[in-house]
Amino acid sequence: MAISAVSDTTLREAPPPRRRRLLEDERWLAFVLLVPTIVLLGMFIAYPFIRGILLSVTSSRVGMPGDFVGLANFHKIFNDGIFRTAVYNTFLYTGVTTVFKLALGLWLAMLLNRNFRGKAFTRAFILLPFIIPTVLSTFAWKWMFDPTFSVLNWLLYHLGLITGRINWLGDPDLAMISIIIVNIWRGVPFFAISLLAGLQTISPELSEAAAIDGAKPWQRFWHITWPLLLPVTMVVVLFSVIQTFADFQIVYVMTGGGPANATHLFATYAYQIGIGTGLLSEGAAISLAMFPVLFLVVIIQLLYIRRVEVR
Amino acid sequence: MGQVVLKGINKFFDSVHAVKDVNLQIRDKEFVVFVGPSGCGKTTTLRMIAGLEAISSGDISIDGNVVNELAPMDRDIAMVFQNYALYPHMSVYDNMAFGLKMRKFEKLEIDKRVLEAADILGIGELLKRRPRQLSGGQRQRVALGRAIVRHPRVFLFDEPLSNLDAKLRVQMRVELKKLHLRLGTTAIYVTHDQVEAMTLGDRVVVMKDGVVQQVGEPLELYNQPANKFVAGFIGSPAMNFAAVTVTEANGSLIAENSGLRIKLPDETAQRLRGHIGREVLLGVRPEDLTVADSADLDHPCFDAVIEVVEQLGSEILLDMKVGESIMVASVEPTARVRVGDKLRVAMRPSRLHVFDAQTEAAI
Repeated sequence: MAISAVSDTTLREAPPPRRRRLLEDERWLAFVLLVPTIVLLGMFIAYPFIRGILLSVTSSRVGMPGDFVGLANFHKIFNDGIFRTAVYNTFLYTGVTTVFKLALGLWLAMLLNRNFRGKAFTRAFILLPFIIPTVLSTFAWKWMFDPTFSVLNWLLYHLGLITGRINWLGDPDLAMISIIIVNIWRGVPFFAISLLAGLQTISPELSEAAAIDGAKPWQRFWHITWPLLLPVTMVVVLFSVIQTFADFQIVYVMTGGGPANATHLFATYAYQIGIGTGLLSEGAAISLAMFPVLFLVVIIQLLYIRRVEVR
Repeated sequence: MGQVVLKGINKFFDSVHAVKDVNLQIRDKEFVVFVGPSGCGKTTTLRMIAGLEAISSGDISIDGNVVNELAPMDRDIAMVFQNYALYPHMSVYDNMAFGLKMRKFEKLEIDKRVLEAADILGIGELLKRRPRQLSGGQRQRVALGRAIVRHPRVFLFDEPLSNLDAKLRVQMRVELKKLHLRLGTTAIYVTHDQVEAMTLGDRVVVMKDGVVQQVGEPLELYNQPANKFVAGFIGSPAMNFAAVTVTEANGSLIAENSGLRIKLPDETAQRLRGHIGREVLLGVRPEDLTVADSADLDHPCFDAVIEVVEQLGSEILLDMKVGESIMVASVEPTARVRVGDKLRVAMRPSRLHVFDAQTEAAI
């Protein structure tokens, strides 16, 4: 014991080795602490991204390194009818689902913000669609939309609303509507819970003060709740737009992009061309085509968040 | 006009009976203060008058019209909230103008009224600022301004000064009083601070556990408290209480316990004739206790030992041990006293309060 204590003291009193001195310097320390993050981001984000760009300007396929072809792949996809459909679909899909997710999510959040029995349980329950792995829940939906076994058809038939079967996933428009419904179902909980969190930061006294000031319920919403919730709403909407724009799972499971390539989104079409068909470079070009839009959205988001922080 | 009448008001939150059978007539132009410890039902009562809380039973009427079913906006009242409840995303001007805009006033009229109120409150410079750029006192003024511009029949105040620091609170208290004198609008004010209640109220309503204990002018509550609770709640430092047994000796009444034995003055003795042999609570305010000298020979006196001396400058508070219990006396700042001193303390005979030991009602 005594010996180790002595050696401890000598160690402490010895001049710190060079390496230790470097770590005392905050610039070096910061760098060292950042290294794991840099490595992870570099390996899993920057490297694949750059590889993707390099791939998109070659003619490589599965098993063929290919040559540099410049922007030929981009030229090709812009003249591709299915790609154009996919672009249109992606914007439609993102736009329509976001509007519905926001409206329904806000409505749900306002309901959940009230006091009622079983409030905590209901709030947890609402999150279910968000917690279940998307692929699993989408398979369940696929069943519900199945032309033969569709529980929806069964329901509508027994309610007397339809006489024949509706081929949900076999008709291009209905298939699009179907995947939109599933995306809304999956996305509403995220909106509802995030907006509920936002609503809870707004003091109920403000609403009471407005009520005394003579504001009717919808005026209280429009003049008080909505503007105060806007920062949260913006962030939630932008996150959701990014997610939805690059969505893959729902379409892949429900329709695989069909019928007749009518429901492809950027991600599913890129997958089909790149992996399914083996045209790696063309697939890379398709997924890169998403980049400008997402980049813009991220810029808007960052600018907005900064503005709110400054205010 | 702004006459408010509460008739048999009750409020239940599930099984909790928060407000119990409150009856009160508030006259036009009157400043009425509800005071009591937290949870006594005063804020709930105010919120029921505002229409923010439904009443379980009873009637509330303003200027003769029952308003039970009217929405807050239709009651022609204005309320100042404890946390000001200013709209954070609106300028001071818009905060004050909001109620008028909602009521579709002409732009010119809104402008006139907002500027007028801003002038009264001295916040003309702040109209373009956002609430978060204001100090607590300024926010308080804006909240007042928002209430004033509407020219309502009744102002409701829910502990409006409790978020201000002590100095500002005193200053705003004076300004509120001036404002009321100037506007003459009926005001109902809720506070847990008995000093605010005493200084602001034309009449004070003391509540406890949802029950109105006493309604009266400030001095009436101070000098003739209806029960032990009011006696202890109003006045600072609080009234001293001692449980004593009343006995008769040589034709006069004696009150005694383990620490004191005093001959009750005639006036008090009259009231206690029926309580001979029983226990009662004796109450005496700190300022009605003095260090006995030769002039106090015929006053009730008792012995005490000083435990703590609190020098306040304008007075000295003495915490004294009297038998088993502690009493506080407020004495002249010139008194020469030290911890451990044994004193003979005299009571001002005309200022003695007695309460029933069981019901705690004044006798």
